[in-house]
Amino acid sequence: METAIHHGAMFDTNELVLNMGPQHPSTHGVLRVVLRLDGEKVVDADVVIGYLHRGIEKLSENRNWTQIILLTDRMDYVAAATNNVGYCETVEKLMSLEVPRRARYVRTILCELQRIASHCLWIGTHAMDIGAMTVFLYAFRERELILDLFEEFCGARLTYNSMRIGGLPLDIPPGWDKKVLEFCTIMDSKIGEYEELLTHNRIWLERTKGIGVISGPDAVALGLSGPPLRGSGVAKDVRKDEPYAAYDEMEFDVPIGTAGDTYDRYLVRLEEFRQSLRIIRQATEGLPEGPIVGKVPRLIKPPAGETYHAIESPKGELGYFIVSDGKSTNPYRFRVRPPSFCNLQGLRTLVRGHLVADVVALIGSLDVVLGEVDR
Amino acid sequence: MIDTLFIPLLKIVIVLNATLVAVTYMVLLERKVIAWAQSRLGPMRVGPYGVLQPIADALKLMIKEDITPVRADKWVFTIAPIISMVPALIVYAVIPFGPEITLFGRKVSLFITDINVGLLYIVSVASVGVYGIILAGWASNSKYPLLASLRASAQLISYEVAVTLTLVSVILMAGTLSMVGIVNAQYNQHVWYAFAQPLAFVMVLIGGLAETNRAPFDLPEAEQELTGGFHTEYSGMRFALFFLAEYANMIVVSSVVTTLFFGGWLPPFPNVSWLHFFYYVPSWMWFFIKSFVFLYIFIWIRATLPRYRYDQLMRLGWKVLIPLAIANLVVTGVVKVLLNG
Repeated sequence: METAIHHGAMFDTNELVLNMGPQHPSTHGVLRVVLRLDGEKVVDADVVIGYLHRGIEKLSENRNWTQIILLTDRMDYVAAATNNVGYCETVEKLMSLEVPRRARYVRTILCELQRIASHCLWIGTHAMDIGAMTVFLYAFRERELILDLFEEFCGARLTYNSMRIGGLPLDIPPGWDKKVLEFCTIMDSKIGEYEELLTHNRIWLERTKGIGVISGPDAVALGLSGPPLRGSGVAKDVRKDEPYAAYDEMEFDVPIGTAGDTYDRYLVRLEEFRQSLRIIRQATEGLPEGPIVGKVPRLIKPPAGETYHAIESPKGELGYFIVSDGKSTNPYRFRVRPPSFCNLQGLRTLVRGHLVADVVALIGSLDVVLGEVDR
Repeated sequence: MIDTLFIPLLKIVIVLNATLVAVTYMVLLERKVIAWAQSRLGPMRVGPYGVLQPIADALKLMIKEDITPVRADKWVFTIAPIISMVPALIVYAVIPFGPEITLFGRKVSLFITDINVGLLYIVSVASVGVYGIILAGWASNSKYPLLASLRASAQLISYEVAVTLTLVSVILMAGTLSMVGIVNAQYNQHVWYAFAQPLAFVMVLIGGLAETNRAPFDLPEAEQELTGGFHTEYSGMRFALFFLAEYANMIVVSSVVTTLFFGGWLPPFPNVSWLHFFYYVPSWMWFFIKSFVFLYIFIWIRATLPRYRYDQLMRLGWKVLIPLAIANLVVTGVVKVLLNG
């Protein structure tokens, strides 16, 4: 693979093939990137995935509809509740089930809490990759509060299994909504702490501005979604375009970037913290009374047919495509459109021509979770 | 006999051991301070508040398996950590911890030796240390260490030029290369050079950070990019030597900055008579307090700032620091000539 690139030079110079991962501190799990370097400059990058493949899609075809919910937890394991919501809503769509308003509101709150938790993990690891290690601990401090809220709601801290087809497994515990509002107040001030350390930091600016620039049309062509797409100035957000849960009743903005570089993607996610808090406040304060589960048959057996339903997960558009044959108690075909997988396709385009140090910054700025990429 | 052999030997033993202890506790201090900055507790298990942690760490590193990779260059691989560690320690020979004092009726100077090229000695010896890093990366026969050692050599060369040029302006002011002489010059001229040469002070501090591979210039060991950097393949005590050398160099840089810019062992305002009660604090104490402040700043910076990228680091070195150093040198020279003339 090593070929001379400077012909006629006095010294023989070769490309260096550098294997990054699957065990590397900054590849966020088990991603493997094979870099071809000219000095420290990346000539090309091969993204190798599959180290965390557990066959969740195939496995789901042999589980009944309710059992699949906990498998979806294991995909994007830092945002399990959003996965649950996406799956349950797809099945509800297939069965044309009506979900009570209260359940939809709670789902909205959980989704947005999850978005903040996921972004906390992102900002921590992203900053850590660029060398600012304190942000990591700060972000995890706040993520801890969200995990506590989830623990109180459903008993688990990482893989929640927190949804049921047609609604919620349990109503929210008494006083939980007040704790959520308290968290919003705390989080409001903490975002400023992250910003203080990063947003106007000269080194941070130099490390992120103009790195991994991708234009809006290119981002669409690559199939990017979520913050990487919005960072390039494309205002596409499933919550706005095809509202699910209770997002049609919420008031929020979709932040977009202009330059499409790492810094813009960072700013977009930071603003999403604030918008998420805004949504949580509205949903918690306007939480309606009523049942938490719709009229769900004892045996869940959707009619024959297929459906695709997408939600806006913290990483981007998370879609489920499900085919039911109408006879069995498990799906005929179960397919996930994971945002991390599609966003990761952009990595090769983004890293070309940048330095090794930028590769880790770019992996961080795409915010991929390998559990979701490989499934 | 006592004065020429026994006392210097005793001083060397004391300084060497004190340095090694200081270095291990420096590691603990760093972990503690960073932990506090990050709302954590840091080491708490070994001894009260984790004060015995360095001993546990040293013990762990000593009994760990010492691995030499099969394809490594064995000799160079073994020598590299030593090359890194030794210069970091022998620099202490010329650092003045205090002036000459009377101890048990005998005049004792609180420095091992005062050679008339002290500063030059520090600069040259300290720059040998980087060979350890380069050779370690080269001998490991592995790609990440190789990249790290390339970074280290480029970084050291570019920053050494800047720092050394900056130091020349201090030498111009003091009129001597002797470390003791520089402190005395600050006493005689009634000013700490940090205030006479603020630009030089800041540049030496930045250059010092870069030369000791500290954040935000810790590129050769950037964990997130190059896994462990130049010491990826090292384990056990050989790894520990690199680790200790880094901290020993940190202490050297803060000592040098203290000596050159903050009057070394002198108390604040040494010439103001009504502030003479400062002299009740021993001279070496002032030295340690001042050095400690800089060590703390180093740790603080590490907890706060992200890391520079390789090309940005080079740009800062060649396009900002070196021109500034030259300008500073010219201005200092002109002012000195004008004042004397």
